[in-house]
Amino acid sequence: MTPALFLDDISCTFVSKDDRSQRYTAVANTTLAIAPGEFVSVVGPTGCGKSTLLNVGAGLLQPSTGSVKVFGSELKGINQRAGYMFQAEALMPWRSALQNVIAGLQYRGGDEKQAEELGQQWLARVGLKGFGDRYPHQLSGGMRKRVALAQTLVMDPDIILMDEPFSALDIQTRQLMENEVLELWNAKKKAVLFITHDLDEAIAMSDRVVVLSAGPATHPIGEFIIDLPRPRDVAEIRTHPRFVELHQQIWAVLRDEVLKGYQQQKTAA
Amino acid sequence: MWKLFKPSHKNLRFWQLLLLVLVLVVWHVATRNEQTAFFFGEPLKVAVRIWQWFTVGGGSLDVGFGDTTFFTLNFPAEIYSHLLITLTETVVAFVIGTALGLGIGLWLALSPLASAILDPYVKAANAMPRVILAPIFGMWFGLGIWSKVALAVTLVFFVVFFNVYQGVKEVSPVVLANARMLGANARQLLRTVYLPSATSWVFSSLHTSIGLAFVGAVVGEYLGSARGIGYLILQAEGSFDVNTVFAGIVVLTAFALVLDSAVGLIEKRLMKWQPKTGETEKL
Repeated sequence: MTPALFLDDISCTFVSKDDRSQRYTAVANTTLAIAPGEFVSVVGPTGCGKSTLLNVGAGLLQPSTGSVKVFGSELKGINQRAGYMFQAEALMPWRSALQNVIAGLQYRGGDEKQAEELGQQWLARVGLKGFGDRYPHQLSGGMRKRVALAQTLVMDPDIILMDEPFSALDIQTRQLMENEVLELWNAKKKAVLFITHDLDEAIAMSDRVVVLSAGPATHPIGEFIIDLPRPRDVAEIRTHPRFVELHQQIWAVLRDEVLKGYQQQKTAA
Repeated sequence: MWKLFKPSHKNLRFWQLLLLVLVLVVWHVATRNEQTAFFFGEPLKVAVRIWQWFTVGGGSLDVGFGDTTFFTLNFPAEIYSHLLITLTETVVAFVIGTALGLGIGLWLALSPLASAILDPYVKAANAMPRVILAPIFGMWFGLGIWSKVALAVTLVFFVVFFNVYQGVKEVSPVVLANARMLGANARQLLRTVYLPSATSWVFSSLHTSIGLAFVGAVVGEYLGSARGIGYLILQAEGSFDVNTVFAGIVVLTAFALVLDSAVGLIEKRLMKWQPKTGETEKL
């Protein structure tokens, strides 16, 4: 089967603008394939280039070498079939929640009224019915994330890219959001590439977890199939014996990299 | 008793008025001396002058373009034709300067190559004391309103231009990337991301630039004209009539405040998405 998103032997080297000899290879020789309908999480130590990988998949960043294929065809420019949920605040502060949700539909063109109806439906689906008129600064952090989720999913993308979308949320809101995402994914079964530094989150949500090495020159060093039953509840699944077993296996691989990354950052500072 | 008059947020207006009255009284008492009065004018005479401007005499104004006159306006008192001229110059210059600043600011901010080429010239034009252009504009555009408009435009343009440039440069890269991922093309990005993001910067510059538009108009009139508040002030100065000069200043200030609050009203309408601190209501 053609993968929904195929990162083929990707390397990314950043060159300092002021000094051409200053180079930093964030990602090296990484190959990653995500099947349609598959939920893949990528975990790794902080600062290892996870977001770089995601930006390559989104078409926001050109890889130094290697190629990106989307449903078998070479990616040029922005990945039109992907929706991207950013780690940082990405809502337009000058638009109300509803106007933010339907921004993508407006860009695509078409009937404004229909778009608004669809936007209202999605706001209701993420639990924000009646909040459509609020501006982002009038919403809490969790609500803003839910607007961002609706904004991404209203476009009905075939590939969903998520960059630590819930890392800024408190643990309760976070689990609620994780369950919501799982439920929405279960209904539509899109290909998901989920970046996180939280191993619990990765195991609880995914079909497959890919572990990245510490930077520089990050590459995958382990891959684990998560054979936990679905549908899952992210809070309850953590006590499942198989969850604990997988957690130990993956953590054994991840721990050394986390320590390595920490040491590097310490010496650099 | 003192408790009632102690300065607080409730009797703010009272204290503001008291300060004004105090200044006027000191002014009045100090100018009982004839010599002081010659240099500083007298508040009562200034008030009388303003009153006369708005009630006595008359005037007419030919409205037209070039040598053709469309219609003639007749006014019940002396000041109206002068005031109308000055306000027209100010508003026209403000509109043209803002539009030019917005357009060119957006263009240069979004086109790095053009901005790199023009950079030294923009800096030079901004550093130049532009009031000195007034004689040249007088030669080019004559003694009518357009030489004043041109001078005021050069003042307004740079304030708006630099603010728009800065505003576009400071667009959040995440918001921009998000809009691109949602499928925005270049024009849609301009309309839905760059422009709204730049507006907050533009509005902070508009308060400055409405003031500068006034400066340009009045300085232009002062340097050579046959009409306008600046002309009235120049005439009064020529005959050492300090009271009339002060009256002109008061009238100009009042109308500058009116225009500034008009900008404030528009800003309030357009910028309602901006967070305000302390939105809680005390019950």
